[in-house]
Amino acid sequence: MKNRIFNSITILGASIIMYAILAVLMYTEILDEYNGQLLTLAGIYVIISLSLNLMTGFTGQLVLGQAGFMCIGAYSSAIAIMTFHVPLFFAIIIGGVITALFGFLIGFPALRLRGDYLAITTLGFGEIVRVVMVNLKSLTGGAAGLKGVPSFSNTGNFITDDIIKFTWVFGFVVISLLIITNLMRSSHGRAIISIREDEIAANSMGVDTAYYKIFSFTIAAFIAGLGGGLYAAYFGYLNPVMFGFMNSANFVVIVVLGGLGSVTGTIIAAIGFTYAQEWMRVFQDFRMVIFGLALILVMLFWQKGIMGSKEFSIVGFARDLLAGRYSIKRIISKISKLIKKWKEKKQPDDRGVK
Amino acid sequence: MAVLDIQNLGIVFGGLKAVTNFNLTLEEGELVGLIGPNGAGKTTVFNILTGVYAPTSGDIIFNNTDSKKGPRSIIKLKPHKITQLGLARTFQNIRLFKDLTVLDNIRIAFHFNVKYTALQAILRTTFFFKEEEEITEKARELLKIFNIQHKENELAKNLPYGEQRKLEITRALATNPKILLLDEPAAGMNPQETQDLMHLIKFIRDKFKLTILLIEHDMSLVMGICEKIAVLDYGHTIAIGTPAEISKDPKVIKAYLGEEVEADA
Amino acid sequence: MREVVQQLINGLSLGFVYALIALGYTMVYGIVKLINFAHGDILMVGAFAGYYVLGRFGVSPVTMIIAFIISMAICALLGVIIERLCYKPLRNSPKIAVLITAIGVSILLENGARVLPFMGPNPKQFPTFKNSIHIIFGYTVSTVQILVIVVSVVLMLLLTYIVKYTKMGKAMRAVSYDMKAALLMGINVDRVISFTFAIGAALGAAAGVLFASSYPQIEPYMGFMPGLKAFVAAVLGGIGSIPGAMFGGVFLGVAETLTKGFISSELADAVSFGILIIILVVKPTGLFGKNTREKV
Repeated sequence: MKNRIFNSITILGASIIMYAILAVLMYTEILDEYNGQLLTLAGIYVIISLSLNLMTGFTGQLVLGQAGFMCIGAYSSAIAIMTFHVPLFFAIIIGGVITALFGFLIGFPALRLRGDYLAITTLGFGEIVRVVMVNLKSLTGGAAGLKGVPSFSNTGNFITDDIIKFTWVFGFVVISLLIITNLMRSSHGRAIISIREDEIAANSMGVDTAYYKIFSFTIAAFIAGLGGGLYAAYFGYLNPVMFGFMNSANFVVIVVLGGLGSVTGTIIAAIGFTYAQEWMRVFQDFRMVIFGLALILVMLFWQKGIMGSKEFSIVGFARDLLAGRYSIKRIISKISKLIKKWKEKKQPDDRGVK
Repeated sequence: MAVLDIQNLGIVFGGLKAVTNFNLTLEEGELVGLIGPNGAGKTTVFNILTGVYAPTSGDIIFNNTDSKKGPRSIIKLKPHKITQLGLARTFQNIRLFKDLTVLDNIRIAFHFNVKYTALQAILRTTFFFKEEEEITEKARELLKIFNIQHKENELAKNLPYGEQRKLEITRALATNPKILLLDEPAAGMNPQETQDLMHLIKFIRDKFKLTILLIEHDMSLVMGICEKIAVLDYGHTIAIGTPAEISKDPKVIKAYLGEEVEADA
Repeated sequence: MREVVQQLINGLSLGFVYALIALGYTMVYGIVKLINFAHGDILMVGAFAGYYVLGRFGVSPVTMIIAFIISMAICALLGVIIERLCYKPLRNSPKIAVLITAIGVSILLENGARVLPFMGPNPKQFPTFKNSIHIIFGYTVSTVQILVIVVSVVLMLLLTYIVKYTKMGKAMRAVSYDMKAALLMGINVDRVISFTFAIGAALGAAAGVLFASSYPQIEPYMGFMPGLKAFVAAVLGGIGSIPGAMFGGVFLGVAETLTKGFISSELADAVSFGILIIILVVKPTGLFGKNTREKV
């Protein structure tokens, strides 16, 4: 019981402190308008990447059509606001629910298809969504796009607007995080992971793998839909071109870079990716060349991603901190251990023959 | 009343009759061996029993005397349903959840008995914590019986081979089965380990009141602990009987050693 | 009815282009189990190579043949280089790492082409035969359509010969069946894999020249959509199966042309992917794919 309260307080406290620091930085313009908005965009990327990590990292099903889910969420929310005048919060939730419905449907082919076949089916799904959005002109504005999606707030003061934008996205990041981490650290989550580990064994241990595949796809799609809704309000303009295959590929890249099945890794990678994409604009035409090259090099030399499947635990960190486990001596010894480990790793291993 | 009654079981893979007319009854508490040369169809029988393959003909009646539901046919059920009814298995080529901890391997097997919903897990209700603690406690107790409790936080893939086999049996037991199917539990073990395994199998049979059907190539193990043995060859049952009867059966000897050829001068 | 047959002819020529690209996907997949996302961009490189040859020497049957040979040779080399540098080091890595590498290669090729001074981002007019119309049995067929069908059929026959009757073909089939066993039998697996990439890329290059002849405008992103479609075709036919890729390509080309002709040109892409999903759900390994069952 005591533990439980400690955990809740730490998580709540960490979120509030994090939020407060960033909001103050934005208010005092230490984090200028440009960087503040970028941070907000990064939050949206975090949400969508987390949802993909649920499908690919935890459930083990390769999905190449995440932009399709995002697209459905974005358009549903935008249409809910613009045509049906639903308040923003509920519009985002509606976007999530409608996307969840599609996640549920895509779950069914996932029962029959394995590996690459499922990947290409989801890719096809993403493309179909895009084409359908172009053709549903009366609702979506077609290829010309949907203009004038109302933003989170319109006070006229840029700083206030930006902080409000950020607050919305931050709130949804926390919600998505709680859904995914709490789910994964429960028996239902373990059932989902057992599918990734060995579907046949999981089934033989009494896990209804079909149910949990569809369940995972539904939840993941719901979260991706939330991200889509935020995306719509963030940009204020939607166009099917924004949800192409390259977009889906970017999310796969984020999830793999962060480490499949690592929530913290995904967060770091998503934020890093958003910023890197922006910073690389100075290279102009060479930006995408460098990006392609970087992808290849990273995969050649650093496949496991930032975190592997490990997690950084804020609760564990707080506990260690309170117990005084972060004395300088300990930190030094830990670092030297890490270096030693890293050196050992560099030794060639014989995993080549499989 | 038999716990498991397999009647005229048969399966055809693209014209190949992998198993034909297989009959076997398991009485409560029995320890039965299923033997035969490679490719005789032993594992296929296991796969049909556990719902991985659907049989082409025949029926399987499962009577879990621990539950009140009474005997029922299980041939049309999905694997997880069959496990939930009380029939668990291990695999010939160990199939642990390699990248998960020993404890999680066991906890997954408890999953279908978990009563809290996903929503309760996300909201972290008191009921969730209570159940979760119970599962963990039960898993630890089980690990203790098999003396691997001190390794609960190790990844399954990092265990030595013998312990991986042990963990797989433990995991199957966590589903609270009435019948346990063991697919070559002694494969890759040395004589000493095989000896230990024999004791272990007898021990769990008594401790958990199980009925056990096992596939094994190690004859010392099969002859040493099984009360009844069925012999398969090319999908046909060529003999069923006690170890003593089986070891004298001419058809069995022929299947294993081939026809004796008269040496002409 | 007349119109249906006319559309079928049009579809057939598009389908053969898809089939040629799909062959590259399917052969590579059959051997190293990799979805080579960069394959569509090989098509683009092939089209550009053809563009320079035809632009330099003018368009005639002889220069056309030279264009094919040069662009196929360049792309074969490019395919081998990509395989050696990017895929070979990852042969024992998780699938998803290789997949991302392939996406990286694709991005690199597309955008590399955009920044290279002699290629550049702007669309270029592809020089090709004057597109005169022939009337055969009352149906119209263009010169380019005849070119597409003739070249495709010749290349497919050649490929079938190589795979079925040469030593290298036998080795390819062996490696695709069981790489480890092939290695133990003394087959030089690395060479076979390089050869497969070379052939796949060469077919892709030929498809590039044919595609550019049919839709005579080339630019760095031109390979993306046909690449994706051809991949769909390969999966439709059962990825890893050579006749499957041929059939899948033609089937998809015809389906797409018929949709464009009779339903809606804008929905054509959705229909292609829709067909893919339906076929996969009904037959999870494609039309000609082997039904593999995991051994328990």
